[in-house]
Amino acid sequence: MDWQYFLEILFSGFTRGSIYALIALGYTMVYGIIELINFAHGEIYMIGAFTAFIVAGILGTMGFPASAILIIAALVAILWCVAYGYTLEKVAYKPLRGQSRLAPLISAIGMSIFLQNYVQLAQTAEFLRFPIRMPRLEFLDVFGGILRSTDFVILVTSAVIMTALSLFIRYTKLGKAMRATAQNRKMAMLLGIDADKIISLTFIVGSGLAALGGTLIATHTMQVGFGIGFMAGMKAFTAAVLGGIGSIPGAMLGGLVLGIAESLTTGYFSGDYEDVLAFALLALILIFRPSGLLGKAKVQKV
Amino acid sequence: MFLTPKRIVRSVLISIWFMILVFPIMGIKIVRRVPEYYLDKVLAVGIAIFFLSLLWAWYFEVYKEQGANKGFFSKIGEKFSSITNKIAEEEGTQKKISFAILLFFLALPLFSSMYQTTIFSLAFLYVMLALGLNIVVGIAGQLVLGYAAFYAIGAYSYALINQYFGFGFWICLPIAGFLTVIAGLLLAFPILRLRGDYLAIVTLGFGEIVRLLLINWSSLTRGSQGISNIPRPSFFGIDLTPVQTTMYIYYLCLLAAMITIIIVARLKNSRVGLALQALREDEIASEAMGIDLRKTKLAAFALGSCWAGVAGVLFAARNSYINPTSFTFMDSAMILSMVVLGGMGSIVGVTLAALVLSIMPEYLRAFSEYRMLIFGLLMVAMMIFRPQGIIPPAKRKYHPTALENADKK
Amino acid sequence: MQNTIKPILDVKSLAKNFGGLRALNDVDMHILPKEIVALIGPNGAGKTTFFNCVTGIYVPTEGEVWAGREGQELKKINGIAPHYITSFGLARTFQNIRLFSTMTVLENVMVGRHIRTNAGIVNAIIRDKKSRIEEQETVDRAYALLQEVGLEKHWNDEACNLPYGAQRRLEIARALATDPFLLFLDEPAAGMNPHETVELKELVLRLRDKFNLSILLIEHDMGMVMSLSDRIYVMEYGTRIAYGTPDEIRHDPQVIRAYLGEEENA
Repeated sequence: MDWQYFLEILFSGFTRGSIYALIALGYTMVYGIIELINFAHGEIYMIGAFTAFIVAGILGTMGFPASAILIIAALVAILWCVAYGYTLEKVAYKPLRGQSRLAPLISAIGMSIFLQNYVQLAQTAEFLRFPIRMPRLEFLDVFGGILRSTDFVILVTSAVIMTALSLFIRYTKLGKAMRATAQNRKMAMLLGIDADKIISLTFIVGSGLAALGGTLIATHTMQVGFGIGFMAGMKAFTAAVLGGIGSIPGAMLGGLVLGIAESLTTGYFSGDYEDVLAFALLALILIFRPSGLLGKAKVQKV
Repeated sequence: MFLTPKRIVRSVLISIWFMILVFPIMGIKIVRRVPEYYLDKVLAVGIAIFFLSLLWAWYFEVYKEQGANKGFFSKIGEKFSSITNKIAEEEGTQKKISFAILLFFLALPLFSSMYQTTIFSLAFLYVMLALGLNIVVGIAGQLVLGYAAFYAIGAYSYALINQYFGFGFWICLPIAGFLTVIAGLLLAFPILRLRGDYLAIVTLGFGEIVRLLLINWSSLTRGSQGISNIPRPSFFGIDLTPVQTTMYIYYLCLLAAMITIIIVARLKNSRVGLALQALREDEIASEAMGIDLRKTKLAAFALGSCWAGVAGVLFAARNSYINPTSFTFMDSAMILSMVVLGGMGSIVGVTLAALVLSIMPEYLRAFSEYRMLIFGLLMVAMMIFRPQGIIPPAKRKYHPTALENADKK
Repeated sequence: MQNTIKPILDVKSLAKNFGGLRALNDVDMHILPKEIVALIGPNGAGKTTFFNCVTGIYVPTEGEVWAGREGQELKKINGIAPHYITSFGLARTFQNIRLFSTMTVLENVMVGRHIRTNAGIVNAIIRDKKSRIEEQETVDRAYALLQEVGLEKHWNDEACNLPYGAQRRLEIARALATDPFLLFLDEPAAGMNPHETVELKELVLRLRDKFNLSILLIEHDMGMVMSLSDRIYVMEYGTRIAYGTPDEIRHDPQVIRAYLGEEENA
């Protein structure tokens, strides 16, 4: 067995998986609180990648160092996507609260289509090359090329961010309010938690994570396009379901499992059916274990 | 007084917020590594948002709070509703209008160009697709997002059976319809237990799997190259000129659409249709009323997928060329937006929406570019402002004998 | 109690677990033909869970449910899908009203006729004479049931536009449309004013006589329970703590402690 090849594949799986996990967190948090599949979440990720691309494009002409550009691009992308996520919730979902479950879902699909076409029309239908290359991290040379610097940055960033998020949810007042709202919105409101604010916060945090994922993936694949959100969103959703939708550690675990599974399939069989694998996995989990790896089964109330 | 200074300031702030929001994506474009700025576009968005936000505030703070009978706009809205309700409810008006429309469509190919005729034959296919999806989504309330997959299965069944076995259109039509129903049932079986949103996502996955298989299984389907030279339907063995063929296909599609309308309307107004609607309203209560959920859901999927299959065969015959790009998620979404816009469960509304939404982009080139953008926005707007659709489903008329007798006395 | 009359429902040591929680524990119950039986107990005692286990929405963890029309052999029905149980002759209403809200009042009742009619997809398409007649019969039957519960004036309204009390009566009409021999009413008087409650009581008695029904009801309105029921079962913490005639229950020390005592403290 070729260990070098296997490790390369494993790490690329980890990299992909971390990105999926970053996006999946947004899905899972929103679902946990308002039981809505936010179809437009993948589009937020795409807008994040595009914003980072534009910022990098502007700064690139001004001669800043690459690492500074990437950090600024990521921060701007996060800032703007947070605004997009917040606005999205206020415009497309909030007016529909209290209606049947179908209404917000259709609205979400509409928003996803709208945002995709908005970016396509405002920018371009073609793939664009990301202008800034991740600086080479020399201490990684000891790994003999198994771990590229983008892989490393993605892994470290997402590990740090996810730890921070877990701590935030676990220990801060807002995090506790979020958990309380997810468990029982009415009860949380009775205890003086402003549910509207918590829902907004969920969208804000989720969108910020997606934007970070978008920026990171743009530096990794070196290209952006208006259509990247759909597939990434679907896969991240698969990851969220795999881990158990509504569960934050579940989303992280699901992302990694899916990323590695995909990498292994592509590396040892064929890349043609990589996407089929994700969809088939999604269907199988929903049918046979809808609570996922870490989720709890729900009893239907009558 | 609606236009208070406070509201105007608020709207200005909202429009500034949106201008900031769209600034990077709309205002900046990197062309060959050089940033170009389009601040005029951003400003245009800002102005549009200013007025839209006023309208939004008016809708939620005035229209909804004070009821529907105040102010100028609400009167227009009421007038509109009364007209649409009239169309939806009065059988006489409905018959007259449908007869006129039918006459128009029968005569259309005689005075229009071949180009227009082909456009309209496609519009009729969309009527079939939208009505088929309407059974599943509108009547039975099962949100299916991969409907284009059934369309693809129909089209490819015809194309492949024809290529490999040489069967013609009229033999392939029932076979393809049958295969699509089987596909619908195969999809439905495992997902019977899934609730609304999970069902949506699994059917979306199904749609994508079918499309990816069509692309990647190139030994069978020729991948993204597609299949060409699909024969047109035969006409009693007579050779037709291209113009005649176009007209022939037009009338076939018209006929198929009419049959669809009649059958779907009858299905809706039947014992099975009632069960499907009950399923949409409340699954647990349906079950407690003795409705077999499994059977009813399977029926919904079978009935819904079958139309997509037939439409697919007609589509393949009409184009004589198919490839996987006609069956993407965007196509599913477009058919869904026809159902949503027309009014979920409404036969008249969905038919109209399918005709308008499929014809409009062909005549308004400017619209064509913005088509999906507008469809997406419309889906959101409909859910917020008029979830029942442009023309809500007609209330069916029943005639209880006891009541009729009482009237006579 | 007359042991010579055979029961139409016989529940034997029914139990239901949710994960580690035992929601029902060893509950026995029998109901005789044309009997009105009440199931009472504090909130969370497991009354609705009991309903759900008997009507097939939940599968009981242990125990057996036997049921059959008067004069027929009882059959074991636990673990069978709800729609079979309904077609067998057990019908129910819901505590938190579950009407088909955007359908008309008449259509709601017509849905109840589903299992007693036959027209299929082909009949729907060709609209043959037989299925047209069947449909008219369904309409007439549904309308007659609406007259029975006093909703005939609202027959063409949307169900969600009915006032609360009327919605509860519509649920009863819809359940009756399935031709049951045993009707389960889950808190039928909840949210009704005293006047409506009295009307409801009369309605229940009238329906029992007219349709030859046995009725099991969960109810918190003690006045209604005591005056309407032939027998009462009392549950607490998932267990049956007492049963008997209203008089016996009124004087049962266990019940006074568990149920009435709680009300005094409240």
